[in-house]
Amino acid sequence: MIEVRNLVKRYGRRCAVDHLSFTVEDGQIFGFLGPNGAGKSTTMNIMTGYLAPTDGEVLVDGHSILEEPEEAKRRIGYLPEQPPLYPDMTVREYLSFAAELKGIAKKDRKEQLAKAITLTHLEDAEHRLIRNLSKGYRQRVGLAQAILGFPKVIILDEPTVGLDPRQVVEIRDVIRQLAEDHTVIISSHILSEIRAICDQVLIIRKGKLVACDTPDRLEEILSADNAIELVAKGGQEAVEAVLQSVPGITQQTVTAQAGGTTRITLRTETDSREMLFLSFAAAGLPLLELRTKNASLEEVFLDLTAEDDNLAAKAARLLTGQAVATDDSTDEGGERA
Amino acid sequence: MSAIYKRELRAYYHSMIGWVFTAAMLILVGIYFMAFNMYQGYVYFSYALSSASNMLMLLVPVLTMRSMSEERASRTDQLLLTAPVSVGSIVLGKFLATLTVFAVPMILLCICPLIIRSNGSAALLADYCTMLAFLLLGGVLIALGMLISSLTESQLIAAVATFAALLVVFLWDGLVSFLPDSASGSLMSMTVLLGLVCLGLQALSNNWKISCGIAAAGGAALAGVWFYDSTLFENLLPNTLAKFSLLPHFQAFASDHVFDLSGVILYISLTALLLFLSVQVIQKRRWS
Repeated sequence: MIEVRNLVKRYGRRCAVDHLSFTVEDGQIFGFLGPNGAGKSTTMNIMTGYLAPTDGEVLVDGHSILEEPEEAKRRIGYLPEQPPLYPDMTVREYLSFAAELKGIAKKDRKEQLAKAITLTHLEDAEHRLIRNLSKGYRQRVGLAQAILGFPKVIILDEPTVGLDPRQVVEIRDVIRQLAEDHTVIISSHILSEIRAICDQVLIIRKGKLVACDTPDRLEEILSADNAIELVAKGGQEAVEAVLQSVPGITQQTVTAQAGGTTRITLRTETDSREMLFLSFAAAGLPLLELRTKNASLEEVFLDLTAEDDNLAAKAARLLTGQAVATDDSTDEGGERA
Repeated sequence: MSAIYKRELRAYYHSMIGWVFTAAMLILVGIYFMAFNMYQGYVYFSYALSSASNMLMLLVPVLTMRSMSEERASRTDQLLLTAPVSVGSIVLGKFLATLTVFAVPMILLCICPLIIRSNGSAALLADYCTMLAFLLLGGVLIALGMLISSLTESQLIAAVATFAALLVVFLWDGLVSFLPDSASGSLMSMTVLLGLVCLGLQALSNNWKISCGIAAAGGAALAGVWFYDSTLFENLLPNTLAKFSLLPHFQAFASDHVFDLSGVILYISLTALLLFLSVQVIQKRRWS
């Protein structure tokens, strides 16, 4: 189990990680999701002891990375964003060096090496110089290094960046295999990747935690929003008069009015599409369109990565399940859909 | 530590630097050996070694330039610093590997005194002690080069800066003789020196309380001594700095054939200090 408590990292005045706290349970595949520069790599560098935090602490199985660094580091395998390879060594030389560096006992070394090489499919590159390897192979050597000795926690920083689709699938398979008896933490700026393999997602933006939950649960939170968009044939007053008679509407915004039709966005306490249909039918105003308008995880994530702080804050509120208090007339989610 | 030691050693001989260094040392010392000992018939091999020692200014930067800077530039320091080993053992492993590369030509040169002996009388003890002193001097210079290498990401900058630092080390006595020897001059230069030390400390610790405290305490001590007896300052700075002069101790071995124990202690403690500073530089980078 990894506990991150109140982590802060400042570079001068810039705050790369801003009071981040979360817990990674054993046996999970834990995903860090955030746009580039959100602080994912910095957080991972701190968790693995490469950087020291300005404030806060990281506990790996109860061992603080600052106070008992060797105990904590022994439990972690780390593949940084750029694999830390020595180009003048062969794959096998490099992995034996890494094994010795990690303090794997001499008698186990051969077996561990063989396991890591098999798992990452490096058999045919074993005696090649790392200098001559392609990007995909280098990534795999880095991954083999991280899983050497099979530490409890394996931390992979953007393990699939720059790989071709086939290699991406291969690496994902390795990660799934590892997850059977390890805790794996991976970072990515690609939502679909995280959703495909992770049990738990942590979304960060500008060093701050936005949401931390399972992907399914996050989708659920978004769909609990009960936003409805409808287009009815009729003037604004007539439509608003009908809406008066429908109970449970908490908010309504006219978004467009043209050619005798009115487009309205509503927020309701419960799903009241049926009521709306019947009321409009009774009033003799035909409904041309009626649909739930839930922002998908993709849309929300896209907003989160936007430079605009207001837009991102709105998306963040959606994810944490707090209804948007004041709805602007332009709803980005709707426009994009 | 042994993993890092072995990797470093292998890297030296994979990248040619180790071979080039060995060859250069053997050729340089060999030329002096031929000229002094073979042609002119000097008994002491230490003369040849002492004449060749100036070449360390050029050779040591080549040896140390990549030791820390390359790890940073290629991001492999992430592997080392996230492995369950301490920074101290990383630095020590690298230092011992470089010292080993330095020692390889020395071991080969061990036959030179024996060659002299086969042609007549030789001073084996004096020569081998000089070689030990040469190795220890090399250790100090390597530690200095490693410290400079840990400050930068660029091998080139590390090499040039190390060369400059070694130039100062080799010209130390001459430079010290330019310093003012009057009492007021010494006071002034001591104050400047104190300021520099405190600035350096500030840069390393980023704790202005400590650096200002030391500046204040040092300033008060200087002022106190000055008002107590200003003649104490006469020649103070040149004398103090002359104590850190490295080459005279080696010359004591090489020319006077004396086992200079104080020199040995100075070399070893300076090496330890410089390695400690390298560790601090690396640690500091993690915190900033």
